[in-house]
Amino acid sequence: MRPRSSGTTDRSPQSPPPAPELGRRRFLGYVLAAPTLMAAAELAPAPAATAADTSSGPGIPTTDITEIVDLNDALTLAAAPTSALITVQVNTDGTVSFALPRAEVGQGITTSTAMLIAEEMDVPLDRVRITLADARPELLFNQLTGASNTTISTYTPVRVAAAVARGRLLEAAAIELGAAVSTLTIKAGEVIGAAGDRIGIGDLARKAAAVTTEAVTAELKPADRFTVIGTPQNRVDALAAVTGRKKFAMDLAVPNALPTMVCRPPTINGKVASVANLDAVRTMPGVTDAVVISTGVAVRARTFGQCIDAVRALNVAWRPGTAASKSDRTVLDELKAAEPSMGLPSVTPTVEETFTFHFRGNSALEPNCAIADVRSDRAEIWSGLKSPIVAKQTIAARLGLPVGAVTVHVTESGGSFGRKLFFDAASEAAEASQKMGKPVKLMWHRADDARQGRAHPMATSRVRASYLGGTVLGYKQRHTSVATDLSHGFGEVITAIAAKLPVGDIGFSETFFQLSQSMPYDFGVYSRVLNETDKGFNTGSMRNVYSPDVTCARELIVDRLAANMGKDPVRFRHDALSDERARAVLDKVADLGNWGRTMPAGTAQGIAVHTEYHAANAVLVEIDCRPETVNRPIRDGVAGPRVTKAVCAVDVGLAVNPRGLEAQMMGCLMDGIAQTLTASLHLRDGAFLEASWDNYFYTRQWNTPPELDIVIMPSSREKPGGAGELGVAAAMAAVACAYARATGTMPTSFPVNHGTLSFEPKPTVPPVPASPTDGLDHAI
Amino acid sequence: MPEHTFRVNGETVTVDVADDVRLLWVLRDVLGVTGPKYGCGINVCKACTSHLNGKAVNPCAIPVKALEPDDEVTTIEGLADTVDADLHPMQQAWLDQDVAQCGYCQPGQIMAAVAVVRRAKEEGREISDADLDGIRNVCRCGTYFRIREAIRAGAKAM
Repeated sequence: MRPRSSGTTDRSPQSPPPAPELGRRRFLGYVLAAPTLMAAAELAPAPAATAADTSSGPGIPTTDITEIVDLNDALTLAAAPTSALITVQVNTDGTVSFALPRAEVGQGITTSTAMLIAEEMDVPLDRVRITLADARPELLFNQLTGASNTTISTYTPVRVAAAVARGRLLEAAAIELGAAVSTLTIKAGEVIGAAGDRIGIGDLARKAAAVTTEAVTAELKPADRFTVIGTPQNRVDALAAVTGRKKFAMDLAVPNALPTMVCRPPTINGKVASVANLDAVRTMPGVTDAVVISTGVAVRARTFGQCIDAVRALNVAWRPGTAASKSDRTVLDELKAAEPSMGLPSVTPTVEETFTFHFRGNSALEPNCAIADVRSDRAEIWSGLKSPIVAKQTIAARLGLPVGAVTVHVTESGGSFGRKLFFDAASEAAEASQKMGKPVKLMWHRADDARQGRAHPMATSRVRASYLGGTVLGYKQRHTSVATDLSHGFGEVITAIAAKLPVGDIGFSETFFQLSQSMPYDFGVYSRVLNETDKGFNTGSMRNVYSPDVTCARELIVDRLAANMGKDPVRFRHDALSDERARAVLDKVADLGNWGRTMPAGTAQGIAVHTEYHAANAVLVEIDCRPETVNRPIRDGVAGPRVTKAVCAVDVGLAVNPRGLEAQMMGCLMDGIAQTLTASLHLRDGAFLEASWDNYFYTRQWNTPPELDIVIMPSSREKPGGAGELGVAAAMAAVACAYARATGTMPTSFPVNHGTLSFEPKPTVPPVPASPTDGLDHAI
Repeated sequence: MPEHTFRVNGETVTVDVADDVRLLWVLRDVLGVTGPKYGCGINVCKACTSHLNGKAVNPCAIPVKALEPDDEVTTIEGLADTVDADLHPMQQAWLDQDVAQCGYCQPGQIMAAVAVVRRAKEEGREISDADLDGIRNVCRCGTYFRIREAIRAGAKAM
């Protein structure tokens, strides 16, 4: 295998991909032949990134996209010049429709996309209808939702399509009103003439339609005329969410798609050896089918409750899985063995430490789930999918169907955090539906989701910083991790043809690591390396991927350096930061959070900085680690230290929807708190012990900071950066730094409570717990 | 198969389903009432929180046989009707604070919030930090802070 790296990552520093730009704000778009006005723009492939942008460290070679894209793919694309367009359609009722080729998982992109269209077309926000596009293989790798990239990559193309529509509406109105286009304006969805005469865009929808597809140019609205972009807006799906009308995959009524669950092995990725009572289980109340599939035994029943009963009744002999007999201790030994050398000892003073980060679950609250209706000649899938093209292609191959015979609908997702980059449930649902010959509505039990679902890999991070006097001379970080599965689409195009490439995904991981990690400080000679080991686990990119662990280790070392040099931690950071935006967010939280104020013993402040996704973020927290707080009684939960206050400042460049950005930063903060203080998976004898939310201690109300302040910095760039994952790293690091200061001991193992098992593990056979029957006794 | 009769969101329903099937599945899989969500099935995540005769309960832990014909089950879909308005004040507070992110847990959060506020009002006191800390509903998007703000605002309007 010859080593090669690729620069075609969705995560890379990049400019928003241009629609063909013909002037400062003039872009090429299309009007498509359609009954009502349909305007379009190219969702251009992201340009190849250069590692040089990411750090002052050694760059890695990039490979041109043409080396990666299969020639046939390129030819297919070339044969259909308008097939890869995104389209804005004007309807006769005055609404505007857009099928977004991305997944909405709570991050708010349906709202921000509606805002872009409302802005460019001058239509009210509530008249823009955003849906999620079915899998569109012709988009190649441009239908992957990840790496906080949606707004970065779609900001210009969506506006171009909307601007084309606007121009067409004005032209049609000019004919209707007998006026020159230059005398017309659009306001609140109506074209208004110089004399005040007006015509609604719905009335123009047919008249503005094209008979033949044609290329046109459009000019984008300049930023100084924005009235929607950059203003705080509530989510477009908020009403549906609070009334219970928002539909997730399991809420869809697909005819005859009955509840289906899978009886899973007691160890990670174990396999069915034999089933003793399949026929008996088939006769249980409500059960219609029970079949062995590749991951276990699937049962289909009238209700999920009866599926749970059937799963519990199955008597299965299992073969060992891919992590047989492994435990936290043995994996740590594997990591130690894989750690690269730190090189020769430094001749100058150093700060040096090794940090351990345990496995973490990235379960969303909506468990893995999918509906599948597989027939002999076709299949239809419904699921929350961030990589629907790979899902479609893979499922088609497994079912033995042509790709074109498989329709994949992307449903709204109940969270992702990296989990929905994978399509584990969709694959299973397709297999079960094919074997049963019936439609299935397949859902993972929470216990399945915790034990067999994707996990953030366990890792160690070794850091050595050398210094002399008040100057840092060098900084090395060696991150060693259980392998992260990036096969979902490190660029879907790479995955789609991965088997044809002479590279392993270790190379992809290292590339991904290099392209995603930035070093915001001028710390002299700098290097970072990722080493991976052990592919026996179901892993995935958890929100913010490598950055929380890498940043947490770095910021703790930064505090140590400052202490050794006798400098104030904020002053030290400020002077070492090379980026003006990073300095600004740091100063903002230090000022607003009253950095350095006197606090009682056992409580302290912590502060941290992180830059990624063309954005800068700083977080200041205050923590209470006093015994009476840490040990306060919480039923079936972990109390632990309480973050009592958090201040977060963020600069994403242009914030399309500041209210949505605030929401993302708030969520990231909760993730960071969990990762430092309470949330991890415990591996023992080939299985994770956690089986539900009373075992896995994600942040809860009792861990939430009662005081929270989020500041969005004035727009520093004309273009947006990424935000969905941005805040996790600095939040995790700030909490760790505060904990170190409050307790007087720098934590080196995360989360800090991992060494204490705070629950009684549930049995693994049967694999799911029975539902309780005492619900009436707990009424509030 | 045994028949069970009870009330859901103001209407009497009769379902033909085994005694021990939990109410959550009767609502979702038999009656098609999908506002209450599954998140754990063991009464710890609280995503299915609904009201039974005005008190917050978790249908994943209630066998359908436990319900009597005059028992009133209120899910998120029926909450606004209990105040005879398009939206319950707590739902409006949720909109005002733009609480929801993915939205999956939010029906349960709102139903729990209403019950917690009712309890405080019955006890003749304001919502406290301890009340808010005591809400057990999981939100994996981490909307907790806005939930706290919304409950305080919603309580004033209830």
